[in-house]
Amino acid sequence: MKPRTTRVAWIAAASAAAVLGLSACSDGTGGGTASGDATTLVVQDYYGDEPQKTVIGDLLDGCAADMGVTIQRNVVAAPSLVQKTLQQASAHDLPDVLMVNNPDVQQFAQAGYLRPLEDFDIDTSGYPDGILKAGSYDGTLYGLAPGVNTLALFYNEDLLKAAGVTPPTTWDELKAASAALSGDGKYGVAFSAVATYEGSWQFMPFLWSNGGTESDIDTPEAIGALQLWTDLVQSGSASQSVVNWSQADVADQFKAGKAAMMVNGPWQIPGLEATDGLNYGIVQIPVPAAGDTLIDPLGGEMWTVPNTGDDAKEKKAAELVACLNSDKSQLQNALAQNYVPARSSLGTQVVAQVPQMQTFVDLVANARGLTAELGPDYPGSATRIYTAIQSALTGSLPPAEAAAQAQAMK
Amino acid sequence: MTLQAAQGGAVSAAPPSRIPDRRRVLTMRRRTWIASALFLLPAVAYIVLFFGAPIVKNLTMGFQDYTTATFYNGEAPWVGFQNYVDMFESPVFSIALSNTFVFTIASIAGQFVIGLAFAVFFRRRFPLAGPIRALMLLPWLLPLIVTGAIWKWLLDKDSGAINRILEALHLTSTGIPWLDSPSLALLSVILVNIWIGIPFNLTIFYSGLQSIPDELYEAASLDGATGWKAFRHITWPMLRPVTNVVLVLGVVYTLKVLDIILGLTNGGPANATQTLATLSYNLSFTQFEFGQGAAVSNVLILISLLFAAVYLRLSRRSEAAE
Repeated sequence: MKPRTTRVAWIAAASAAAVLGLSACSDGTGGGTASGDATTLVVQDYYGDEPQKTVIGDLLDGCAADMGVTIQRNVVAAPSLVQKTLQQASAHDLPDVLMVNNPDVQQFAQAGYLRPLEDFDIDTSGYPDGILKAGSYDGTLYGLAPGVNTLALFYNEDLLKAAGVTPPTTWDELKAASAALSGDGKYGVAFSAVATYEGSWQFMPFLWSNGGTESDIDTPEAIGALQLWTDLVQSGSASQSVVNWSQADVADQFKAGKAAMMVNGPWQIPGLEATDGLNYGIVQIPVPAAGDTLIDPLGGEMWTVPNTGDDAKEKKAAELVACLNSDKSQLQNALAQNYVPARSSLGTQVVAQVPQMQTFVDLVANARGLTAELGPDYPGSATRIYTAIQSALTGSLPPAEAAAQAQAMK
Repeated sequence: MTLQAAQGGAVSAAPPSRIPDRRRVLTMRRRTWIASALFLLPAVAYIVLFFGAPIVKNLTMGFQDYTTATFYNGEAPWVGFQNYVDMFESPVFSIALSNTFVFTIASIAGQFVIGLAFAVFFRRRFPLAGPIRALMLLPWLLPLIVTGAIWKWLLDKDSGAINRILEALHLTSTGIPWLDSPSLALLSVILVNIWIGIPFNLTIFYSGLQSIPDELYEAASLDGATGWKAFRHITWPMLRPVTNVVLVLGVVYTLKVLDIILGLTNGGPANATQTLATLSYNLSFTQFEFGQGAAVSNVLILISLLFAAVYLRLSRRSEAAE
């Protein structure tokens, strides 16, 4: 009796320890990367929704076939791409080619995750300055976007015609037009003032065109832009719900005819085209006064080459980034997902096939990157901006105080 | 568990039948000691790896300037209490702290009372009680992201179903800005969280009620105690142990609620629904201020520990009382 009990105990304890040891071992096997073998490239992006998933997949496959490599694609949900990349960075297991949303490029470049693209042979001729700046940190290029986007004013032609209103070009006209188009459960204009970077991004064309800057929102220029949005909401020309609307929600309101005008981007065009009975036009976002210049924000995702320490693979990865940014890829990408091709010269070819893209093609040439001024400090100021917007639009504080309080936030 | 099993083994391994040789006993003792240590090892390793390490990491991060670069090169300079100084100076922190308390207390009060009421209601046997009770579990089964999206539609000011109904009943003409007004948003988020928490409370209280013998109620009714009196003098005292569990689990679950708030308001409008959990998340993962994010979540850990201590105290006292 006695010896058996101890033996059983020993066996049980030993097997428990063995299981533990096994699980500890399994950690070790994943980390090793084969060096020198550059036939497989790991690509990571957040294009998980159709049609983008297939569009980017086709682009990658086409380039891979030309280069004679295999691609192992890793599609991550958009909100978790940054977290995933941080984990990979701490495990020194970054993908070979990484898609980065443009406001995050500088953050990652500063942290040393990315290789400068100047180390490789990549043609950047014909790119507008704004796009190159958006992909650069400290004057060095780290990311390149085949296509970009920006914001414009979409208007419902039928609703404007019925109200006898023409698309506004200045802030005063915007206020007057929105007021005339509002009422009966409808709002004149819709935009996204949500408590995320989407809200800050939508505010940029108003802030910048009024001479304001993202580094300090407690200035008369910034407060002026804030006052415009506040007036639109408090006069009932825009819904109080804008503080909770994402850009997708804004597009839904527009499609349903509940908003006569909206601030949105070209990626909404396919959805609008698919909406029965919706006739719409696109103009640039109104400027403070006639003759002012509109400064639009640049959006889009950049392809980068992470620092994996494997020279052969990094070289191949750079080749893939170059291929994704070739004229052919840019056109294919632009037409498939309604982006503006980054190379200015390709714009006309896109407009020939999708005339609605004209406004966006024109705007992108002068658009400014979100991180152009503040670089890796952009997230902090974007938070201050949406906080000020929310305080002012909900009536918690008058615009001037909302701006002062938000600016004082660390 | 493991400890008791190992001790049990040790007891049976020391037989009193023969007078053993002294040396043999010592080696036997040592062997059983090693055996019990090996039994403990998995549990200890698990706790150290999956609970100890993250907490220690979180505590140290709170004293570091932990940035995006740290993930790559491991360099995180010590900054002492700077993250905590920044945190206490930030106007958002005090808002988040008070929101966290209001959110937790109100959510738990609502879930508790409604859950208990439903449990008592379902204790009566009536036709279709089973299927209806099963349906009540639905909110619990939905992924929180889905719940958030659905309630965001329902609570929409202009086209949400709830305002449509209120308008049809002529209770409001302009629509209530449930999620759009800083003075209402926290209340709306709490109401949604109560809705999510009712099934959990209902289930635990319902099973607690099953363990109360019917004879007690029968005897009490002979003495004239029915309805509210029966509840006060039988149900409530008999449910005490269950109540403690529900409250403490409720506090811990509610303190860390994140997804539902992110889904409904992302902490807005104007920080009206910002809690310590959402603030920590936003600082870390949208502003890349990992040190400050860790500092805020350390405060959250401290609050949870306080509640855990109170719980241990209470349960020890009730054990002693028994």
